[in-house]
Amino acid sequence: MSASDPNQPIRPWAERAGCCPERKPHLRVHDLSVSYHGTPAIRNVTMDLSRGCITAIIGPSGCGKSTFLNCLNRMTDLVPGCRVKGSVRLDGTDIGADGTNLIALRRRVGMIFQKPNPFPLSIRENLTFPLKHHGVRNRHDREAQAEAVLRQVGLWGEVKDRLDQPALRLSGGQQQRLCLARALVLNPEVILLDEPCSALDPIASGMVEDLIASLRTSYTVVIVTHNLPQARRLADDVAMFWLVDGAGTLIEYGTAGKLFETPEKEITADYLRGARG
Amino acid sequence: MSTPERAIRRTTSRVAPSSDWPGCVAAGTVWLVALLVACVFFWIVGDLIRHALPHLTWSFLVEAPSDAGRSGGIGPILVSTMWLLGVCLTVSVPIGVGAAMYLAEFTRNGGRLGRFVRGSLDVLAGVPSIVFGLFGNALFSIYLGMGFSILSGGLTLACMVLPILIRTTEEGLRAVPDDYRRAAVALGLSQTVTMWRVLLPAAAPGLIVGLVLGIGRAVGETAALLFTSGYVDRMPESLLDSGRSLAVHIYDLAMNVPGGSGHAYATAFVLIGLLLVMNVLTFWIADRWLHRRVTPA
Repeated sequence: MSASDPNQPIRPWAERAGCCPERKPHLRVHDLSVSYHGTPAIRNVTMDLSRGCITAIIGPSGCGKSTFLNCLNRMTDLVPGCRVKGSVRLDGTDIGADGTNLIALRRRVGMIFQKPNPFPLSIRENLTFPLKHHGVRNRHDREAQAEAVLRQVGLWGEVKDRLDQPALRLSGGQQQRLCLARALVLNPEVILLDEPCSALDPIASGMVEDLIASLRTSYTVVIVTHNLPQARRLADDVAMFWLVDGAGTLIEYGTAGKLFETPEKEITADYLRGARG
Repeated sequence: MSTPERAIRRTTSRVAPSSDWPGCVAAGTVWLVALLVACVFFWIVGDLIRHALPHLTWSFLVEAPSDAGRSGGIGPILVSTMWLLGVCLTVSVPIGVGAAMYLAEFTRNGGRLGRFVRGSLDVLAGVPSIVFGLFGNALFSIYLGMGFSILSGGLTLACMVLPILIRTTEEGLRAVPDDYRRAAVALGLSQTVTMWRVLLPAAAPGLIVGLVLGIGRAVGETAALLFTSGYVDRMPESLLDSGRSLAVHIYDLAMNVPGGSGHAYATAFVLIGLLLVMNVLTFWIADRWLHRRVTPA
């Protein structure tokens, strides 16, 4: 049964308690503020992201969710005029420090975007080409790893006979799963997902969602989503962002059970009910 | 059918023929202009074929010209043209693609140097070819001591073609969606790898347009070559020999050789044929090396 099946009851949190039993911080964000050309985007965010858990970032548009996500693998470096203050520690190492090896960082922290963006290469090359440039010299190793991740994302059966066809010929959902495979093939520890299902139809969205759920415990997953039912189905922890004084602020953070059932802040409760945001 | 819909339909059908006369006139004018352009094209081609056909034989293509080009063929001239084009492209393509990469990928956010280079190129693209000829003559032929040679002619052509090649390739690179760049960065790929493996193949259409325009400009050039590669119609023995290009040969036959117009037509026909072949070849090569792998058919 697909996770997006509307008839499926939402699994209660208690049932999932074994999935992410203990909260050990993997990424520690401390007092993080980001501004673009002097305009603040997020302000003073402090939170620990737990190893092996799925953390959902929710909140209305424009409250800095994506900016926050982009700080975790320093994609913010690409944006001109972007200033980041505060620290993000990955297993204790400050990733914002000068001299951080960005190539190694981005290999450890993979990212999936809202719009599927496979390279305009063949399906096979989309997976083997990044591996090659991360030092996997042997072609057979590369192809074996490509096959393994294609199986992991459930694409192998669909594409095994047309690996040399352009990846752009795949459907949107298949492309997004290929992108996920491309991130997984580098064997990251953390996977960042920026609204990975919002450009997909419900069925493809469901497949991608199941796939994300399957990453729990093996990877630390951070997902930005506008889809509250999806956050409910997936998340172990939920962070609620809201626009406070013109900048995105973390207003509430806790386990999914706590935040969805008994939110502390009135804004969160209203947002979850659909009354605000 | 609902009432308002019917009302609209009735109104349009009743009003359209009588009230749309400005539209009819406009459409008619556009058709007429299009027809005129097509007529001009067919007139030129037809005229060319009519005058060229009696002279077009295999020996015309391979033999050396004699009697100032009134008889004989264009063999050495064809060879010189190919050499000129070869020198021009060998020099301009690597420099052009490199400069385009620099402009598109390293000066994206309006750096001063990028703006300056771009502005200079736009001016250069509009400079008349005779100016390039004088420049090439001063620099390559005299200052660098290459004399009247295919080398100095080819280098002058490269200078002329570069602005076009750079700007079109740059536009091609800019048209590549940022999604690819972000995906590459997120995968920890270096900028060089991204450039060669992802962006350049995706920008192949722009590169092709640049090459086609550049080749067209180079092959059709006379003024810039008169001062640089000269107009000796012997078979060139090396790149340092003077050589006459097809376009210069046409000019010479038409303007300086009484009774040479028949061969001028035939040469012009060969020139157009050559251009066509070069364009098809460019598409084929670019498609084969860059584009076929990447585009969904």
